[in-house]
Amino acid sequence: MNKKEELERWAQLLRYDVVRMISNANSGHPGGSLSAADIAACLYFNEMNIRPDEPDWPDRDRFILSKGHAAPVLYAALARKGYFSIETLKTLRTAGSMLQGHPDIHTPGVDMTTGCLGQGLSAGCGMALSARLDKKSYRVYVMMGCGEMNEGQVWESVMSAAHFKLDNILVILDYNQLQFDGSVREVLNPGSMKKRWEGFNWNVIEINGHDINEILSSFKKAKETKDIPTVIIADTIKGRGVKFIEKDYMWHSLMDNKKFTEYAEQMREELKNADSFYADRLW
Amino acid sequence: MTYKTGDWIPTRDAYGEALCELGEKNKKVVVFEADISKSTRTNLFGKKFPERYFNVGVAEQNEMAIAAGAAMCGKISFVSTYAVFASMRACEQVRTFVAYPHLNVKICPSHGGITPANDGVTHQGTEDLGIMRTIPGMTVLMPADANATKKLLFAAAEWDGPVYLRLTRDSVPIIYDEKTDFTIGKGILLREGKDVTIIALGDMVSKALDAANLLSTEEISAEVIDMHTIKPLDGDIILNSVKKTRTVVTVEDHQVECGLGGAVSEFLGENYPVPVRRIGFRNTFAESGEYELLLEKYGMSVKHITAGCLNSIKMKGKIR
Amino acid sequence: MQTASMRTAYGEALVEAGRENKNIVVLEADLSKATKTSLFAKAFPERFFNIGIAEQNMMSMAAGFATCGKVPFATALAVFASMRALEQVRTSVCIGNLNVKIGAPYGGLATAENGPTHQCISDINMMRGLPNMTVLAPSDAVSCKACVHWAVKHKGPVYIRILRDGEPVLYEKKEDVNIENGNRLHEGNDMAIICNGFTSHMALQAAEELTKEGMHVTVHDIFCIKPIAADVILDIAQKCKRIITVEEHNIYGGLGSAVAEVISQSRPVPLKIMGVNDYFSDSGSHKDLLERAGLTVENIIRQVKDFVE
Repeated sequence: MNKKEELERWAQLLRYDVVRMISNANSGHPGGSLSAADIAACLYFNEMNIRPDEPDWPDRDRFILSKGHAAPVLYAALARKGYFSIETLKTLRTAGSMLQGHPDIHTPGVDMTTGCLGQGLSAGCGMALSARLDKKSYRVYVMMGCGEMNEGQVWESVMSAAHFKLDNILVILDYNQLQFDGSVREVLNPGSMKKRWEGFNWNVIEINGHDINEILSSFKKAKETKDIPTVIIADTIKGRGVKFIEKDYMWHSLMDNKKFTEYAEQMREELKNADSFYADRLW
Repeated sequence: MTYKTGDWIPTRDAYGEALCELGEKNKKVVVFEADISKSTRTNLFGKKFPERYFNVGVAEQNEMAIAAGAAMCGKISFVSTYAVFASMRACEQVRTFVAYPHLNVKICPSHGGITPANDGVTHQGTEDLGIMRTIPGMTVLMPADANATKKLLFAAAEWDGPVYLRLTRDSVPIIYDEKTDFTIGKGILLREGKDVTIIALGDMVSKALDAANLLSTEEISAEVIDMHTIKPLDGDIILNSVKKTRTVVTVEDHQVECGLGGAVSEFLGENYPVPVRRIGFRNTFAESGEYELLLEKYGMSVKHITAGCLNSIKMKGKIR
Repeated sequence: MQTASMRTAYGEALVEAGRENKNIVVLEADLSKATKTSLFAKAFPERFFNIGIAEQNMMSMAAGFATCGKVPFATALAVFASMRALEQVRTSVCIGNLNVKIGAPYGGLATAENGPTHQCISDINMMRGLPNMTVLAPSDAVSCKACVHWAVKHKGPVYIRILRDGEPVLYEKKEDVNIENGNRLHEGNDMAIICNGFTSHMALQAAEELTKEGMHVTVHDIFCIKPIAADVILDIAQKCKRIITVEEHNIYGGLGSAVAEVISQSRPVPLKIMGVNDYFSDSGSHKDLLERAGLTVENIIRQVKDFVE
């Protein structure tokens, strides 16, 4: 199995975990978790320099899920990396669980509390400046969402990162073009997202957010870019991988758990028969 | 639309429906939404009166200031979002652009207290009542059920100046019939008693009634007041009750600091000092989980209210 | 009374602390000349970050710094620190209990002539309602320095409400200041005044005047409003039987409320809360605005006498 094939499998497994977790919890946000799965797989299984057995390792790369409602995909990646057990995924959103509805900094592997949109990149700037002060080479990855682009604080932080020349920050915009109440054009037309970021003096790379090779090569290009921060605008599909919810903004949050749970079962069967990679990893 | 006592429904649902009725009657009503209309239920108003409905996106600060601008031009602006964002993300906009010029902006957030139970702390607004109470000129409400929501929403529309009306995400039981009248600033005596006064608001009113029922089996008679308006606070109803019972338990889905417990403690300290027990979150954030489980875990269940009452009664004996 | 500038004390204390602790970084929202973080900027330019007029961004950035072991002092006028960035303080800072310090000059009516948009009579309440937050309000330049140094040692978020210039000096040296429990400025059994910030020197003067008339009033200067020293307050309630609180803050939700919450729990004694009576003030000299709010030595004396009767 080559790198690409392996990462595609991890992404598919994360999708499976997301579907199972949300079905199990009977609440949560599938659409934006699924659109981010390929990127999350590339980050956690290839790109980031992290130590799951030492979550607070001071030199680790940081990851901030600024679009915090996509917590399930983050939790899936953390569990698959070994920060905590797969069993823990079953406790999503239940009292006493370490897996809160939105990411909480107390959970191993979670680097910043998020869920209230617009704050992640700001925190990322603080981390990136700390790296510079401490002469450390870790990088800060911030995943943002398209609805989030409505928030004023986002643009404050976009200015900061450019002003301080934070080339150790990489923003990945999971641009699935749908927010809670509809398409980004219907709700608050953003115009050209590319021109916006360019106007703030960012290096902009546009990719297909479901193409592993494109994701990996964009990470590489970002690393090579010095003195200005990079944003990857990833063209993605909300709900990617679960056909009946794809591109449907109504499925930003769970709509019909009966249907969803049936799909989880179906997905389990399909994966079990698909490939030996999945066989031991299903729950 | 009216609701049957005993049914369970989230007050955000009643808000969405009542807003449509209000919009029908009053053409000055305009509604602002921050991209969560399916959740705040303003999608109903949006469908019915698209020309008076504005979804401004995930931008609550902008939303608040836009609502203020419309109010400046004679509209009655209703602002919909979640409590965390209405009271905190847009706090300074509420204070400077809404409260300072005393505009007709009615802020009606869903997801008050821990009613957005499994969404977790980031979406549980447990500090908002205290925040709003300290802004001059704000009127702060939390209806206990769907019928109260409708009545108080209509009262808020008539009220001169800014109003904060807090709603629940999860279901609460209907305790009022449709005939009950509500006046902003006047609490409701729900149950008479002589040993202890329970003052509650919002989703905790039904819990307070349950506690009073439980206490009656132990021959303790608890008076229950629904303090749906926390500011301006109804001092008369508190005094009348406390002169009889001489001890108070406050119950709120909120931090015990700054909110209802704070308001009642301030009032009684200055007017009629008696022991007060405050039930609510004790300087802690909650977590994701089922609503009733969280109430239990954080010391706010019926059992805890009952214990608070017993404790409170003991205290008044001691102090005498 | 000798006076000194509290905001200058804040800037100086940051420099002192920055010299001792290399992890201290200072974040500023374009007002360093006013907040006096300019002093820190000059001493440690590499650890000073002017974020521009973007307080929300600043607060979440501070949280990011804190996760990397820094001790950030995010500085903004009280009104912006407490309200413009309130949700960021809650979500980015308090939920994670991160080690962020918020320095907030121009609290209360201190930015007098700028008018109510820049005055801040609600910040103590807003910060007090947030779990994990510690809320400090020093009463003079010396206690302001003490608060900064205390905050550096304390692990977790701290809000320090600072005033402006010309505050009467109540303490000789910062070691005299008892942050957790507050300081007794005057002893007496007839009544107690619990105060903070700019009102503390007034309360002291009022007590001294009253002594001449044979009334003995306890004056207690509270720095830490959250968590408030409940034992100290209850002792005062026990001894003095009546309490007046005085603060440059809304009568709702501030020091008065914190004291009310404590005494109502186990020692309900009569209380009077003096402060800004829930209104937006206007532009004017600090002195005039305080007078309008009834925050004067004369009115404190009057209220004490009324209360006894």
